This record gives sequence, structure tokens and C-alpha cells, in this order.
Amino acid sequence: MIAPPKPDLVTVNIDGKEIAVPKGTNVIEAARLVNVDVPHYCYHPKLTIVGNCRMCLIEMGMPAVDPATKAPIIDPVTGKPKINWIPRPQIGCGTNVSPGLHVKTTSPMVKDAREGVMEFLLINHPLDCPICDQAGECKLQEQSTGYGRGYSRFVEQKNVKPKRTQLGPRVTLDDERCILCSRCIRFSKEIAKDDVLGFVDRGSYSTLTCFPGKQLANNYSLNTVDICPVGALTSTDFRFKMRVWFLKQTNSIDTETSVGANTVVWSREGQIYRLTPRRNDDVNDTWMPDSGRELFKSVMSADRLAATTHLDARVAQAAELFNLNASAGSIAVVGSGRSSVEEQFLTKKLAAALKASTQLVSRVGQGDQLLISADRNPNVRGALVTGLISKLPKIGDAPAASRSANGDAAVPIRTGGLTDLAASIDAGKVKVVVSIGEDLVAAGLTAAQLAKVSVVYLGTHANTSSAAAKIVFPTLSVFEKNGTFVNQQFRLQKFAKAVPGPQGATDDLIVLAKLTAAASSAAMASDLGSLWKLISAEVPAFATTSYAQLPETGILIDATPFAALPFVEGETLHYKPAAPAVALTP
Amino acid sequence: MAAPAQRRIIFQHIDEPGYSNDLACYVRNGGYEVLKKSVTRPPAELIDEVKKSGLRGRGGAGFPCGVKWGLVDRKSGKPIYLIVNADESEPGTFKDRYIMHQDPHQLIEGTMISCFANNVKQAYIYIRGEMPHGARILERAIAEARAAGFVGKNICGTTYSCDIFVHRGAGAYICGEETGLIESLEGKRANPRIKPPYFPAVLGLYQCPTIVNNVETLCHVKYIAEHGGDAFTKIGTPNNTGTRIFCVSGHVQRPGYYEFEAGKITMGQLLNEVCGGPLPGRTFKAVIPGGSSAKILRFGERFKGKRKVGAEMVDYDWGVDDVPMDFDSLGMIGTMGGSGGVIVMDDTVNMVEALANINAFYSHESCGQCTPCREGSLWMKKITTRMVHGQARNEDAALLKSVADQIPGRTICAFGEACSWPTQSFIAKFGDEFKQYPETKKAAKPVGAHELV
Amino acid sequence: MNLKPATLHSIDEVITHYPVKRSATLPLLHLIQEDVGYLPPETCEWVAAKLELQPINVLEVITFYPMFRQKPIGRRHIKVCRTLSCALLGGYKTCEQFEKEFNTHRGEVSPGGEVTIDFVECLASCGTAPVVLIDDDLHEKVDCAKAKQLSDQIKAEAKKR
Repeated sequence: MIAPPKPDLVTVNIDGKEIAVPKGTNVIEAARLVNVDVPHYCYHPKLTIVGNCRMCLIEMGMPAVDPATKAPIIDPVTGKPKINWIPRPQIGCGTNVSPGLHVKTTSPMVKDAREGVMEFLLINHPLDCPICDQAGECKLQEQSTGYGRGYSRFVEQKNVKPKRTQLGPRVTLDDERCILCSRCIRFSKEIAKDDVLGFVDRGSYSTLTCFPGKQLANNYSLNTVDICPVGALTSTDFRFKMRVWFLKQTNSIDTETSVGANTVVWSREGQIYRLTPRRNDDVNDTWMPDSGRELFKSVMSADRLAATTHLDARVAQAAELFNLNASAGSIAVVGSGRSSVEEQFLTKKLAAALKASTQLVSRVGQGDQLLISADRNPNVRGALVTGLISKLPKIGDAPAASRSANGDAAVPIRTGGLTDLAASIDAGKVKVVVSIGEDLVAAGLTAAQLAKVSVVYLGTHANTSSAAAKIVFPTLSVFEKNGTFVNQQFRLQKFAKAVPGPQGATDDLIVLAKLTAAASSAAMASDLGSLWKLISAEVPAFATTSYAQLPETGILIDATPFAALPFVEGETLHYKPAAPAVALTP
Repeated sequence: MAAPAQRRIIFQHIDEPGYSNDLACYVRNGGYEVLKKSVTRPPAELIDEVKKSGLRGRGGAGFPCGVKWGLVDRKSGKPIYLIVNADESEPGTFKDRYIMHQDPHQLIEGTMISCFANNVKQAYIYIRGEMPHGARILERAIAEARAAGFVGKNICGTTYSCDIFVHRGAGAYICGEETGLIESLEGKRANPRIKPPYFPAVLGLYQCPTIVNNVETLCHVKYIAEHGGDAFTKIGTPNNTGTRIFCVSGHVQRPGYYEFEAGKITMGQLLNEVCGGPLPGRTFKAVIPGGSSAKILRFGERFKGKRKVGAEMVDYDWGVDDVPMDFDSLGMIGTMGGSGGVIVMDDTVNMVEALANINAFYSHESCGQCTPCREGSLWMKKITTRMVHGQARNEDAALLKSVADQIPGRTICAFGEACSWPTQSFIAKFGDEFKQYPETKKAAKPVGAHELV
Repeated sequence: MNLKPATLHSIDEVITHYPVKRSATLPLLHLIQEDVGYLPPETCEWVAAKLELQPINVLEVITFYPMFRQKPIGRRHIKVCRTLSCALLGGYKTCEQFEKEFNTHRGEVSPGGEVTIDFVECLASCGTAPVVLIDDDLHEKVDCAKAKQLSDQIKAEAKKR
């Protein structure tokens, strides 16, 4: 017996399969739930519905009802309710489910409609797939294979439109490839709130344009490339670099801010070619900032730290330094809001073994109310949850340059949080600083203060602190390792290794485990499986969590112990601060 | 059988010597008396009269006006707008032009009665951009009516207020489509909206309930308010009540506009008697009965079937000349009465070239929003233009038909039908001419034939 | 934008006709075009600022409606109807006659800048075909002879200036 559907669900029949879906679902999404593909171009789940491509035409009908009794009419042949099929096809995107709705997606009428629309879309489309970057992820290619006729009857001249237009610093437009679906226009207007794109001219000569003199330059412009179903909008950076079918996809997280936008890393043979957003309806929908897409470029940069000696030799060196400064408080650990949860857990272990004070470097900037939050560390909450820190790091002073009168300029990121450490160094108390990837000078220590201490530096890139460090452990970037972050919503999300690290760089977890072992003379696990057993046992919020079972879109953890803390984030997509955001004063 | 006499209700004063378009002349002829009476009646009563009248919209679709008004969402609490569709743009149609230029107050009075009946506080007249004088005449007439208390605050001394503004289009056929018109009135490209959910009666102008009525329709409302819905049904034939204005153009001796009781005149009477028949030495070849999007009829073809006369079903066997010019009869023989634009073509016309002309129009006017219409209309134009000016192929007829068949029923608005019906019907009725065209175009053109594309 | 005071006054007045400013886009474009003769490049930004829109919203509208032009035209604008009823009675010949009279082609400004001749779609006066709209005035039953006569008239008026 089938249980009666819940009140907010409606039962529909798609290609003979019954399914209960929430009210307000459209036919495309309902069909997706029963693994039926309704091809479409203009429809996008996060944009308004315009119904202009006509690719999602389906046949629909409703159960026939006796006008007198209102009782459903039963077909005597099949014994099932008789369906009144609408004689003309309807758009799946614009048709919301209603109780008893019947849909056919493979009937001759639908097949004919799709073949017609496919042919129309192709007649003025250039046949340049061999040189088109979209090839391999082109909806026009895929759907012409799946739903087209496979031959052309068009012998006329194709329309001529502008080629290779730079719409902005990062997006290139080929108007001849454009199928006028208007997704990019709607995205710019509705999501990025930067209404610069539009169609000029009319009919088949309609042409996508950025307003002359303006640019599609907002920090979300590359999302138009992602949602362009064809090769009209391409990424200027990625253009002609690599065929997409050669690329491996690895799930990751945007580390720019505490939003934690879900991403995909596209790589081949150890080299990353691009980052794109990954859908997470609770975090970033299907979007990500352009700025986050640049982050992979530092992976290959010339200032990556490289090891000159063997890891164990350096661990021994560090152990010696730790032994010389064994009294409580003479070592300080500067943890990082950019470290993973697992790294922060081990950082805490290391600090405990060293009887060291712990602090975190804060990074605070201006949020954009979309996918850039004020907290530019991806994992401050991880440090709270693991207990690495018990209160939020202090917000740093505004950099000197920003104190000028110009209030309109982009608010620079304030890096800081080390005032207590600075005082302890000045007081001669702290002799050794272990920094987990944080440049102490950038975070507010003076050169003189830095000169007073011995620095053990774990990190990826060269900076003032690594240069001044006594011992350096080159470690891995987010693209080269596995781990988790806790974003501003207290959502635990994981990232995975996309490419191997450079020669001589060691996984942060291994370095931290070895240092902890050296400091405490007890072995410490460094693999995620073993570490998560420890973490689950010791961290209440993670008591029921295991790394292996963490879904790709993450899980929310209990945030109540931290509810009273003055977090810096204001409102962004899918995030409303519990308390008003901390205002930044100049 | 001799043609009936014209019954001029809407066009009563059109071309009347001495009749001018100012308020004084209108009032002298009894103008605004109906409005004065109407504003003292319960609005629901007026709506009922219109429902009773069976008045069908004169813009082209023939949708019952009373039903349209009945669909208006009156519970939303949002203002209700009325838009006069004066975008007259279906090729072959030129009736509203004369109402607006010569008898604007008739339209204003009909509009105000309709506004009062529907509790509309703001109306707009969307007039096509190519009628600048018409817009000025309407603006002046509205100003006069406003000064006289027929438009604006406290109409005819009542507490009811409603204003009218004239809004000019700028050369887009698609603004005749009511949701395209609404978009245009909102200051946007005239891209028609998807329905559902954007039915004007619920989510129209500014997402408020909106009534869009044709100029002629609103003039009929004035007549209905004056004489009652029942009286209106006495004019014309059942389900085709009132009068119809036929706009005859093309190859007849006396083209022009003629107002008859709906369904009381046949095509043959209209063309041969009223319009004087074909030009000297020519014979009729084809006629498009309801604006250029209506399916073409070929003289010589016959239509057979059964139709309802009173309560009985009777056989009919009609030639083109025998077809009564009403919505239902024209619909029965596979075309439509549409906007009343009758375009006549004689034996000098080559049908490939005529279709090329029509296709050029529709491809130029497609808004370009949805795929089948945008691409299909231009493709058909490219084919027919190539046939005329380039190489014509034997297989083009079949290709044209197939392209046209991929459009209707799959588009956002009825433009899909409008742009494909000509091709479908030309090929169906004159397929022979299309197949022979590669040969025909090598031969000399008939004397008197004009270049069409 | 250098608009006449009367135009500016009309612009401010027409905006009040609508509960949503954006609706005044077409009226404003008509008024500017009547004043300037065409819509100069700064129109989009000016109208956008006036109606609290983005310039692209205005450009989309200008390019959708054929009556709006972004380039100057001749002193007189001759629009010959191209659509079926007029073509059936010689609209194409009428257009050619005008082109010959002014030694120009459709869509171009005639030498000396007197006229621009355009083919336009249906002018809704099919019963008096072929029809021609010269500036705001409709001329009916314009065969070649009448086209010549109208052309002579335009030329004569031009000489008087």
C-alpha cells in the first residue's frame, strides 16, 4: 500500500512513473527526480523563468472529470483514470506540478517538437565545434546528439554577428554562437545586480551586447560563462588552453572567505586549468566569485617554498629548539583560520604538548552580500569548534594606506590579531613562535619583534616570516591535500586533493603530527581516517561525524556554544547573521 | 443574391461631410450621453450587458469581450488597468485608423464606459507609432473630454475618476499582442510573456489585473451600453453578433472599409458587388480574409461539410464566393475572420512572390525571443527570397511546409501561428505554383504584375 | 543632452503619466528624437538617469523599435510601405521612383541631405495603397506619377529654404 502523500506534496505521473513532489516544482525538476531528462537551454533553477528556448516542450494532460459528479472518469479499456491530453506541447520550465498531472516526455509530439527546436537553433549556429572551447560541455552539442535529426536542410546564408568581443576583463563573447537564451542577462540583473548585458536589434538578428562603454567586470562575471549553454561566452583565461574532456574534476571549497562556496577543480597531469562553482543550494547555489577562480594560480608560482634538507632532520632541529624552551609560555603557536579542521586539531595538540599559547590571525574585509563575506578566513569556526581558540581573534588595524580620506575605495583587508603575542615578545616571555602559514609581520608584528624570536614556519609560499624563520616546513595548498572547513553557517564541508604538491613539500598534517610527536614523545596519527576517530572522540560537535561519510555538500554542526560570539560577517547568500555584523571603523 | 446594405454603427460618421473630430461636433451628434447614463448604473449591470451581447473582440482573435472582463482578478486589491489596443498592425487592417482620426470621442466614450464598468482608474491608449497625427488627435480629444468632465476627476459629476493617456508605439507589430504590448508600455522590448502565469487579467501591466481591448471593440461597448446586450445580439448572426468592419485591399475596383452586420454578407457579395469586382481584364485568384496571417483561400476551391443552423445541422457546399464573412464560417473552412482585413490577389500575382512578401514582413516583426518563431520566420523568408531572387529548387515547397509546421503551437505567443499559417496555406493551396516556380520565373511576367519582394 | 526647454518640459510631464517611471522610455525617446532628429549616443545614459534605469535597458529598447534611429537622416523622411497590399499595387515601383528622384538608395541620406528613403512595414492604410509616410503625413495612392509630384514638391520646398 502506498502511503498518502504529505499535504505539501503533489503526485504527478511522468512517463508512467508516479512521484510525489513539493508544490511549486516545475516539470523539469519533477522529471529529474525520476531520472527523466527534459532538455532545456534557457531554464536555470536559480534564475527567473522566461520560457524562450522552447526546448523543454512536453506533452501534458490532466485526469478527466465528470462535469456533473466531479468524479474522475475511468477508461474502460485500461481501468485507469482517463487523461485529457492537451493537444499542443507545453513548456516544462513554466509548468508547475498540480495534482494528477500527467506528462509525456518521449511521445511523438515531444520528439517532433524537440527536433524542430534543435534544427532552428542550429541553422544560424556556426559549425565550429572543433575550435570551440565549449565542445565537450556544450548543451547544443549534447542535445543535438540526443534529440536532433542529425542532418541539415539549411542551404541559406547564416546570420553574421560579432566575433571575439571582450565583454570585460575575463569574459569573451562570440555572438554567432549565442542562442539568445538570456541566462547571462538574467544572471547579471538578478544575481550579480550589475545590469550591463542586453540584447540589441530584433528577431533572429538579436545580438547580445554589453552596454558600450561599460564592461562585464563584476566579481561574478565568470558565472555567465558557466551558465552559457553554448560557446558564446567563454573564459578569456581558459580559452584555448585545454579540452574539457581531458580534465579531471575534483571537489573543493573556495577558501577566499568564510562563505565556503563549493567548487570543482579541473586539472590534468598535475596542473590545474580552472575552478568552477559546484551547486550547493544551501551555500552558493550554482555561483562563485571570479576572485576565487584565480586562487589556483599561486599553486605554480615561483615563490613556492621548497625543502633543502630532509624532513626528519628539520623535525629533529625543531625538537631541539622546543627542548631549549620547555618552560610554559616561552613558545607561542600562531594558528590559522586558513588551516583545515584536522590541521587545527593537530595545531591544538602541538600547542598543548609545547605548553604554548595559541592565537589566530584575523582577516576582515568588506562583504559583498553575495558570496564574499567579511571574514576572509575560511575556517575560523573550525578553530573554535576544535578548541584551538576559545574566542575570536581581534580585528587588526586598518592598513596605513586605507586611513586616507577616500572612503569610497575598496576596504582593504585587515590582518591582525597578534597584539597579545606582540606584548609577550616585548616582555621577553615568548622566545619561539610556531607559525602555521601566517606571515607574522603582515599580521602586525614589527620587524624588531620578529627578530627577537626563533620562528618555526609551516607554509606554502615565501614571505617575511619564512625568510626570517629558523626552520621552514614547506607544506601543501588546499588543492594538494584533503580536509574540511567549517564555514560561517557552521557547515562542515570537505575538499579533496586535485593535484600533487611540489617536490619537497609535505602535507601539513604530517608535519604537525611529527612535531607533536617530537614535543610529546608520543606517536600522533596524521592520516584523516585515524585523525577523525580522535576528533570525533574529543570534539563534542563532531561526535557523530566521520570524514568518510561527510556528504559532498557538507553538514551543519551544532553552533549553539558559539552563538554569543561577535562574528564579523554580515548578510550573504543563504546566511543571515544572528546578531548585527561588527562594524568596521576606520 | 444582392449584397445587404451596409449597417454603419461604428463607422456611422466616418467620411460624413461636415463631421469633425472635435468635442463640439461629437456632442452635437449625441456624444457622451451614453457615458452620462452609464455612470449612474451599477458597473456589474454594464458588464452583464456586454456578456449578454456576445461581443467578440475585433482585434483578431475574436475572444468574447464579456468573458475577458469576467476573468479579471477583482479580489487582488491591486488597481485594474485598461489598455486600448490601437496598435493596428495586422497587414490588411485599417479600420481603427479612421475611428481614431475622424471620430476619436467615440473611442474615448467607449473606453470610459468600459473603465467605469470595470472600476478602472487609469487607462492607456497604445497607438502605433506610425500614426503621429492620430496620437495628437486623441490627445487633443482627451484634453477636451477632460475639460468637459468626461475624462479625469469626477466624471460627469460623480465620484468616479479615471484618466486616459496616449502612449505611442515605435514600429513593432508584436505590440499588437497583448502581453507584448504590456511589456512595451512598461518601457521594455515588446517580448510577449509566457502564459501561464502572466495572463493580463491577473498579472498584466505592472503585474496588476489588466484589460486589453481593441479600438473597435470598445466602440461596440458604447453601442451595447446604449442599446443593451440583447439589442446587440439582434444585429448579425448568433455567436457573431453586431457589425463587422471589413477592410478590403489589393486587387479590387473599390478597396476600402465597409461595415456590415456580422455573417450577413458573403465573400462574393463583398468583393464583387460592394468592392466592384476584379480590376478590368483580371480575375480573382486568391483572397486572405482576416489580415495577412489568416490562411489564404483559392478561388475555385470548394468547402463541404455540415454546419449548425439554428438547432439543425445542415450540409454546406461553398465556393470562396459563398462563404459568409463571420468568425465561425471562416473558421469552419480553415481560415479566420481575424481583424477583418481582406486582401485580394488577382491572376497577375505569383504566389511564391506574394508569400515572399509576407514572409519578409513576419521575419522582420518577430521579436526574436523564442526559438521557433525567431529562426523559423527568418528561414522561411530566406527560402522564399532566394526562390524569387536566386535559385529556386523543386524541393523548396516541401522544405517550406516542413519548416512552417515546426512553428505553430510551440511558441510563446500567437505570432508563431501568424508567421507560419501563410506559408502552410500558400503551399497547401498553391503547391503547384511553388513546384513550377523554377520554370515560371524564367518566363515573362503577366502584364500588370508588380514586384512583390 | 542639449534639449529644447519645451522638450524638457514635455519629458517631465510625460513621466507623470505612469506609476512606474520606466514606462516613459518610449515617450522620452520619441520626444528626444523629435527634438534632435535622431537619438544621439548620450541618449541611453541620459534617459537611464532620468528614469532610474541602466543604460543597457534603454539601448535594448532603442534597437528593438525600428522608428528609433541612432544616426541622423535627411531633412525629410520618406517611408514607403513595403507590405503586401501596397506591394500588390506597385509599392516597390513607388519606392524606386523616390530613389530615382533623389538619386539615392533606401536607408541612405540623399546627396545634399534632403531626404532619407526607407521601406517600412504596413502603415495600416491598405485600402489606399500604395501609401507613403513623409515625416508625419500620410500620402495615399502614391503611384509613380504621384511619387514624382511629391518629390517635386519636396525639392521646391527645399529651394525656398
